Amino acid sequence: MTNLSEQIIADLLLEYTGQELTDSRRWRIGSALSGLFRERGLDNVEQLVVLLSEQRDNVLAKETVDALLNNETYFFRDKPMFDQLENDVLPRIAKQNEKQKRISIWSAGCSTGQEALTLAMMFADQPMRWKGWTIDILATDVSNKAIKAARNARYTQFEIQRGLGVGQMLQHFEETSQGWQPDRAIRDMITFQQHNILEPMVRATRFDLVLCRNVLLYFCADTRRRAFDRLVEAMAPDGWLMLGAGETSVGHTDAFIPARKLPGLYRPFEAAEATEEQEGTNLAAAR
Amino acid sequence: MKKCLIVDDSRVIRKVSRHILESLAFDVSEAENGQEALDACEQSMPDLILLDWNMPVMSGIEFITKLRARNGGDGPKVVFCTTENDVAHIRAAIDAGADEYVMKPFDHETLQIKLQLVGMA
Repeated sequence: MTNLSEQIIADLLLEYTGQELTDSRRWRIGSALSGLFRERGLDNVEQLVVLLSEQRDNVLAKETVDALLNNETYFFRDKPMFDQLENDVLPRIAKQNEKQKRISIWSAGCSTGQEALTLAMMFADQPMRWKGWTIDILATDVSNKAIKAARNARYTQFEIQRGLGVGQMLQHFEETSQGWQPDRAIRDMITFQQHNILEPMVRATRFDLVLCRNVLLYFCADTRRRAFDRLVEAMAPDGWLMLGAGETSVGHTDAFIPARKLPGLYRPFEAAEATEEQEGTNLAAAR
Repeated sequence: MKKCLIVDDSRVIRKVSRHILESLAFDVSEAENGQEALDACEQSMPDLILLDWNMPVMSGIEFITKLRARNGGDGPKVVFCTTENDVAHIRAAIDAGADEYVMKPFDHETLQIKLQLVGMA
């Protein structure tokens, strides 16, 4: 019964998010759902499955899926990646977008908002450099609960000091009775929205930069390919994609090519082709 | 090997901090209060000081003020590590010359990232 119940829960996660709960990760189910068990007065997965089968709406199903999702995140996670953005990528995007003075960024799989806030702080820390520019950051996550927390934007003592230097904390955050809150200038750069990365991103403008870190690793090969297709559709033809440490597009899709000399960064194939022509590099070798 | 001085009146905190710092390849020594720490710095200036606020004999804020005024006292990176977690205390620490601030309780990862921020890990 337990294996069957765990399979039902895994299928639910797959249906709602596209994420796979492989056999090696099944052990997480009990601990991940313990809070939900307490809230609902349940003792085990079997009881949850019975309750799920009796529910007419999908509230409990969504709560179950939310509880299973990994919302691990912190400020400036993998700091060298943000240094690359600041030193190598943003100057190139700024050059491309000099006329419109607008940069559109998508934090795909933003969890509770720290990644999007990190990006916003990078711009806010150079007010003269970005004066007159519109910085538009869309931050999305499949988890409703995570998006609610991101919109609420109150960080605990543990969360605020994870990755964030004390100078930036004092400069951009205010201590409130509910936690540390980013100031309005930072928050106003970001729109938080619940969205499944496997669904098309309907939007008038395309993104110059997309961060999709530690999301694709939960997908099977076919789903991952679909996700790459959705990402490239949403991006400007000469845009940039940043993946998480240990993730790559190589072997999973032809839509992206690793950016030259910039680990963790990828470019739509067309943009890489243009760069190849300019720089005389061998694209076939890069793939 | 970089040298770190842990200044805290709690034996438990010193032990936990020592465990983390030794795993990050620091040569660790300890002091129970600010005066002991100043004496230790007189003998040999460390690269990093992990500093509590409230201690008997001499507080952390008094220690860092005296350390920074001393010849060579601007060398060590000083990371406050304390239960004083309001903005006023944090600003006072930075104004007195602290490089970073860790609010207790903390874990290995939080401390390691803070040390990276000051170029010590």
